Amino acid sequence: MVGHAENLLEMKGIKKSFNQNHVLKGIDLDIKAGEVHVLLGENGAGKSTLIKILTGAYQKDAGEIYWEGRAVHLQTPADAMRLGIATIYQELNVIPQLKVYENIFLGRELKRGGKMSMLDHKTMREEAKRCLEMLGQSPDLADMQLGKLGMGQQQLVEIAKALTLDAKLIIMDEPTSSLSVQEVHQLYKCVEQLKEKGIAILFISHKLEEIKRLGDRITILRDGFKIETLPVKTTDTDDWIELMVGRSLDEKFPKQTFTLGREGFRVENLEVAGASEPVSFRVRYGEIVGISGLVGAGRTELARAIFGADPRRNGKIFIDGKEVKIKSPRDAIDAGIAFITEDRKGEGLLLDQKLDFNITMANMKKFTKKSRLINLNEIREEAKRFIRELKIRPDHIELKARNLSGGNQQKVVIAKWLCTKAKVFIFDEPTRGIDVGAKVEVYRLMNQLVENGAIVIMISSELPEILGMCDRVLVMREGRITADLPIKEATQERIMKAATGG
Amino acid sequence: MSQVAVQTKNEAVEKNRAFKRIISKFGPLIGLILLTAVLTILSPKFLTINNVMNIARQSSINALLAIGMLLPILTAGIDLSVGSLLALSIMMMGIVTVNMGMHPLLGILVCLSVGAAFGWLNGILLTKLRLPHPFISTLGTMNIARGIALIVTGAAPIAGFPYMIQFLGREFVGPIPVSFLLVIVVYVFFHIFLTRTQTGRYIYAIGGNPEAARLSGINIDRVLIIVYTISGFMAGLAGLVMVGRVNSAFPLAGLSYELDAIAAVIIGGASFLGGVGTVWGTLIGALIIAVLRNGLNLLNVSADFQMTVIGAVIIAAVFVDVLRQRKSKKA
Repeated sequence: MVGHAENLLEMKGIKKSFNQNHVLKGIDLDIKAGEVHVLLGENGAGKSTLIKILTGAYQKDAGEIYWEGRAVHLQTPADAMRLGIATIYQELNVIPQLKVYENIFLGRELKRGGKMSMLDHKTMREEAKRCLEMLGQSPDLADMQLGKLGMGQQQLVEIAKALTLDAKLIIMDEPTSSLSVQEVHQLYKCVEQLKEKGIAILFISHKLEEIKRLGDRITILRDGFKIETLPVKTTDTDDWIELMVGRSLDEKFPKQTFTLGREGFRVENLEVAGASEPVSFRVRYGEIVGISGLVGAGRTELARAIFGADPRRNGKIFIDGKEVKIKSPRDAIDAGIAFITEDRKGEGLLLDQKLDFNITMANMKKFTKKSRLINLNEIREEAKRFIRELKIRPDHIELKARNLSGGNQQKVVIAKWLCTKAKVFIFDEPTRGIDVGAKVEVYRLMNQLVENGAIVIMISSELPEILGMCDRVLVMREGRITADLPIKEATQERIMKAATGG
Repeated sequence: MSQVAVQTKNEAVEKNRAFKRIISKFGPLIGLILLTAVLTILSPKFLTINNVMNIARQSSINALLAIGMLLPILTAGIDLSVGSLLALSIMMMGIVTVNMGMHPLLGILVCLSVGAAFGWLNGILLTKLRLPHPFISTLGTMNIARGIALIVTGAAPIAGFPYMIQFLGREFVGPIPVSFLLVIVVYVFFHIFLTRTQTGRYIYAIGGNPEAARLSGINIDRVLIIVYTISGFMAGLAGLVMVGRVNSAFPLAGLSYELDAIAAVIIGGASFLGGVGTVWGTLIGALIIAVLRNGLNLLNVSADFQMTVIGAVIIAAVFVDVLRQRKSKKA
């Protein structure tokens, strides 16, 4: 059997299992030169595994891979690189202390002569400049120290590195998930230029608007199967979602409106790190308040200041009209505040601990008896209850948090905070990197919280999410609140204006 | 490849994986059993009541230091000072009871308090002075404590301790050394402490992810101070046992004992990265070292060569751990 010559890459019947767990059950994928091919699927559908096979990080159990019509065996990442397959990971593999061009040639530095000779800085610098220019960047970037660049530019450096390797296929794994709006647009431009040069891109993203804008074809995976490959331009996003989750989603944003009650939470003149003036706002019962703004506008800093996560500055916080003194996260938790952080793995979970440990760790007091011993049985029962209620999969408390998909990990973090009996919930980018199905579940949970008399604040960079789920939106810029809009008056334009100061 | 061939290959892979799982979970215990079996074959004297009790006695000092060491290692830290703290504790006890002739109970109290106080100091240096890593703070106190131990008597040893102080390290209940009974009691206590108390769980949480622990309301400084205080206290307790065994206190006692304690914890499956490790693993680690020493002695292997063997065992044990980590990350 041979592949079709018109395809740059062809994968046929790829299978892969881990222990008893069949992750890929026969996936077909073909990519043409110069196309942007999108991979869409829920967390756990098999996207990451498929990519790791393509980059040589994992070995397939069965199936064939053809590159430019010839069968190939990808045993190591070096094999994939030699063929011209490059990957831009979410977490970049760069050394911030080195200059941009040094990063680009890291591990394969050019020499003036034989193995032991001096490095050829001149050629490396020029080659780096050429590739940066191809991406529409200033060639001066080559001599900058990499650590001084923003996330977006660092990513472009990785792409430039792929170009110096003569990559024909660049895999981008959620490349825009941590970029600011301007950086995202720069990346889009860069993708278009790569396309023009005949370079194929395998693009992984959960953002449907982004896919619509950039993609040529889309392949949808579900439960380790390939469901369909469709042209992007002539199909509808709702169809993709249906194919992806295997059922029709009633709605992307299950917004419920409740009667507005009295004020439940107030922040007064809170000094936030890096802000020019203190922040004040209030939240009433029955509403979800969104906090919008660009990356770096001080939203997370505000949440951390409320929660006592950073050294305390001036300002007052009131719950139900009573001032609460918060000097540390412990004080915040005792006052009834929950902070679902943006970075699940870095700030939320103990990856090597079991689910019951994770779910109960913020409220150990509850399970500590008079003897000062913990009742392990109660811990297990409580964890089981949350696993059931939040539909955490797989539903086994003995599993380590590491072995769950992103969406389920997020549910474990939320369960941890529900377990503290908090009254005020601050969600920071609660749906980042989780699939559409899990997103809806998180939104439903917010509704439930509001219905049961909790205060819900959601920080989000996704405007559709803010507009779809919130009753009111605060917009932040440079650490200040620049707009406070009821959702009816909030439009994409008004929010962006307040966020950029334009 | 035919379908059947693929199937048998998969079964073989599956079996291989199950085998690896067992190895990684009970690795240290299997290692101890294998070691015992080999030594039993090589030396007829090895598996006798007398010798087994001997091993129990020989292992107890290291076992006590190792269980103290487990706590800092669980928090992704280390305590290099325990060997020196052992020496300082027993020298102070000697001064109080032998030189000054005070009540032995007061001596025991001094011995344990000196260890705990220096442990507390380790904790303060780490959390309040914000020294970057406990390797540094405990390296400092290691030298300070050893220096003081030498200064207090001008490097002279102290002998002739009262019976009450010697009791733990010297006496037997039937054939069983009291020091090993103490080890069992201490280990049961630590097992309950680490798995069934709030502070115990916090220790695992801090080692697993300090930022997540802090944002979950855990007072990290407080827990770390407790951890290093306990580790220092255990150095004092191990010193008490040692004085009973040798009936003297000398300023170079416990020299480089911290390394054996670290080795026991690591051989017992704890991770240097923190958050992973158990009390029983540590006990097995301490026993493996004691069995190795004892067995090599019976076989008339020189002390120099023993060091070489123990070094190789540490590397082998950690390699098994690395294999296990690699597997769990892929799954």
